[in-house]
Amino acid sequence: MTSYISATEAERREMLAAIGVGSIDDLFADIPAQLRLGRALALDAGLSEQEVYDELRALAARNVSAEDEVSFLGAGMYDSYVPALVDSIISRSEFLTPYTPYQPEISQGGLQAMFEYQTAISELTGLPVSNASVYEGPSAVAAAGYVAKLENGRRRFIVARGVHPHARETLATLAKGYGMETEEAPLRDGRTELAPLDDSVSAIILQQPNFLGVVEDVAPLAAAAREAGALTICSCDPIPLALLKPPGECGVDVAVGEGQTLGNRLDFGGPSFGFFAVTQSLLRRIPGRIAGETTDVEGRRGFVLTLQTREQHIRRERATSNICTSQALNALAGVIYLSWLGRRGLVELAELMLQRTAYARERLAAVEGVELLVDQPVVREFAVRLGAPVESVIARCREEGINPGYPLGRDYPELDDCLLVAITERRTRADIDRLADALAAAVATERERLAVRA
Amino acid sequence: MMRASDDRLTIYERSRPGRRAFVAPLLDVPERALDELLPPELRRSEAPRLPEVAEPEIVRHYNRLSRRNFDLDTGFYPLGSCTMKYNPKLHERVAGLPGHARLHPLQDPSRAQGALELMWKLQQSLGEIAGLPHVSLQPSAGSHGELAGVLLTRAYHEDHGDRRTKVLTPDNAHGTNPATVTMAGYEVVKVGTDERGNVDLDDLRAKATEDVACLMLTNPSTVGLFEQGIEEIERIVHGVGATLYYDGANLNAIMGICRPGDMGFDIVHFNLHKSFTQPHGGGGPGAGPIAVAERIEPYLPRPQVIVREGTNGSGPRYDLDYDRPKSIGRLRGFQGNYGVFVRSYAYIRSLGAAGLREVSEVAVLNANYLLARLQREGVAEYLPAAYDRICKHEFVLSGTPMKRALGIKTLDLAKRLLDFGVHPPTVYFPLIVDEALLIEPTETETKETLDRFADIVAEILREAAEDPELARNAPYATPVRRLDEAQAARHPVVRQAM
Repeated sequence: MTSYISATEAERREMLAAIGVGSIDDLFADIPAQLRLGRALALDAGLSEQEVYDELRALAARNVSAEDEVSFLGAGMYDSYVPALVDSIISRSEFLTPYTPYQPEISQGGLQAMFEYQTAISELTGLPVSNASVYEGPSAVAAAGYVAKLENGRRRFIVARGVHPHARETLATLAKGYGMETEEAPLRDGRTELAPLDDSVSAIILQQPNFLGVVEDVAPLAAAAREAGALTICSCDPIPLALLKPPGECGVDVAVGEGQTLGNRLDFGGPSFGFFAVTQSLLRRIPGRIAGETTDVEGRRGFVLTLQTREQHIRRERATSNICTSQALNALAGVIYLSWLGRRGLVELAELMLQRTAYARERLAAVEGVELLVDQPVVREFAVRLGAPVESVIARCREEGINPGYPLGRDYPELDDCLLVAITERRTRADIDRLADALAAAVATERERLAVRA
Repeated sequence: MMRASDDRLTIYERSRPGRRAFVAPLLDVPERALDELLPPELRRSEAPRLPEVAEPEIVRHYNRLSRRNFDLDTGFYPLGSCTMKYNPKLHERVAGLPGHARLHPLQDPSRAQGALELMWKLQQSLGEIAGLPHVSLQPSAGSHGELAGVLLTRAYHEDHGDRRTKVLTPDNAHGTNPATVTMAGYEVVKVGTDERGNVDLDDLRAKATEDVACLMLTNPSTVGLFEQGIEEIERIVHGVGATLYYDGANLNAIMGICRPGDMGFDIVHFNLHKSFTQPHGGGGPGAGPIAVAERIEPYLPRPQVIVREGTNGSGPRYDLDYDRPKSIGRLRGFQGNYGVFVRSYAYIRSLGAAGLREVSEVAVLNANYLLARLQREGVAEYLPAAYDRICKHEFVLSGTPMKRALGIKTLDLAKRLLDFGVHPPTVYFPLIVDEALLIEPTETETKETLDRFADIVAEILREAAEDPELARNAPYATPVRRLDEAQAARHPVVRQAM
């Protein structure tokens, strides 16, 4: 008997009698005999709680986490600090264990938190309407593409090469299903270059800052899209939005992004959340849950899931999306985190990253055999070109306890000598100095090795 | 702005200029002028208007909000189709271990061996439970798994030079099924249900034509019954060359008893947030892994977790395989909701084969017991079972006689249940049963809880016979009473005004 089931043998007999059957097997008599498994599942026997804990701990110990090395790995997820109050609040049963709030009278906590979350995302993006979350950043980009298709029925997406490779690939996967083509807009000097658009373009898709860390000048690109009758979709890193002109002011119609850095752990890639904000005119096209304010029969303020006629459980095959379960708890962590940062804290955090990133850029650019890929404004991430094989340099740095960043050649063959370096608020000046020293030594050693071989 | 009593204020309304919770780490590098680093024309003129609140008030605010939620750790939650079973506390502890929680998704696979091994073993376990050999953990939720399944179907047919245009879904399907079909570029064709609650085989035969790509089926079905004609359904669907898709929402009824793969299904999705105990979180996160047959395997999403046997006495090495030329591609960023995988893997390790089978046995026992308790005098005449059969893990009642005889609707019954401290069942779903209540008790509830629920329902019906207004105006004991949803939709207020 497992520890999660209460029914005793005596109770089981009593319940079977009340049902009017003789045995548990009788309850499964409607399953054709030849379809029944007739053996135990080939799984290991169950374990006690402490044995399961020990096994999961042993597995954890075989990972090198951001706890175990000084990591400059970013590329879409970042080792940012999660304040203690986030853990404390989201582990409360009242937030952790309810279902989607279909009964608003007993779900006011979750619904109000969604409303507060939507407000925070609206403030960050400068767009009036936010939903209550989608799965994560890249699939938010794909979902935004579907909004554009529903909105204007055109057949092509122009996707900037500076959009996260996972987002580009996710969009391509889903677009094939709903019958759209995707084409790439190239990067020139680290920024998106847009060819003239015709009336077959449904949307242009950008990222701010782009995958190379470069701050794009979004407004002229969005203006060109608008001119051609296309939508502009922009995937944004939320913390830099503290400083950057908000997408809503740049003419962006749909702003989406990865919410992980807002109070969520790395978790080897998930769960996190995707945020999704649109202009007023796209209100009824947006996917997923939206909390709205209303009143109860006594005139008291309350919150409900609203505009549900967009959704699958009502509209079925004519829904604006198939999404059902999304990432409510992660979005809750997001709004608690943003409240913790507060209006000034958000800016201070972004400025701290900006300053440390500038310092890191300067330090690395001064290393023999290392140069900046482009000289463009960045906030928290930047690319450097190494005069030595990137994977070997990374391996050498790791021996010094430093994970120096992400090898760009994995996604950009033309940048196979480049490294993407991310700075979070957890990386101090001392960490950055260690990175510069480790990189200098590794590049020098690799160059010597190559010289000897030559 | 609407005036609200203190316990209804938003975090923005608690904001006062100058308050703060966050203290920034020391600026330990030489400070450069902002204009030098970010040209003014790229910068915003006003900071986002986030609240200004000190830490104690943030904690108090959200703790108070939490107390305005009903939750599974506090009370009975028989929400049909959602499998609201107990979420073991151990899972939160192990998922929070830094080796899992602070592992970067782009860490080199050689330095993420524990995570990849866990994913591999979870894949193997889910494959065994489904009776299908190949698993992708990537989809983020059930409907995401469905989308993967229909895209896999498309890739499979196209790879065989076969263009098909339609997907069949039963008329009692979850809304996600038809919504998914549209998103994947197919036309939905509905198949009827017969009077016994099974797929109408004649209707299926008529609609299963050579342009049908797939049948999406939930078994046990959304009315909580095992499909009697499943073998014939399999012959019909495969007979026209279509794939058979298994919506795993109701897997909790059959684990270790029978397997979708053995029934002939080609593609299965799991809801790790249902049968495998990931807490629902008020609407996610979840995960929707898929298991597929051999012939679908080449098209699985990229990357796949693989294992290479060790050489010279070293252990197996786990890796991510991107080299999959026929893959449908990625469905999301990185490798999936790993934190969910940790919890579900811990659950499978705790229970083992015998424990999982016991889960399904007791889930079905509890459902049938509750059904029997509700089919007694004083209840059955108002809320008859929609189908007079042994059910699986859930069952459907119809409130039509109640509405006629007592003048209260299923919605009124649901709202009155709130006053008794239980979460109502799923209501008005499935669509094929008038005034439907879909009730799923799960295996983790006690006999006393089931007895009490049956007594509460009887009590509500008794009081409605005397005074139907009581239910029509319910609830009374909740933080707010019935809310004006029409107003919310007509004049949407979806953010705080500033």
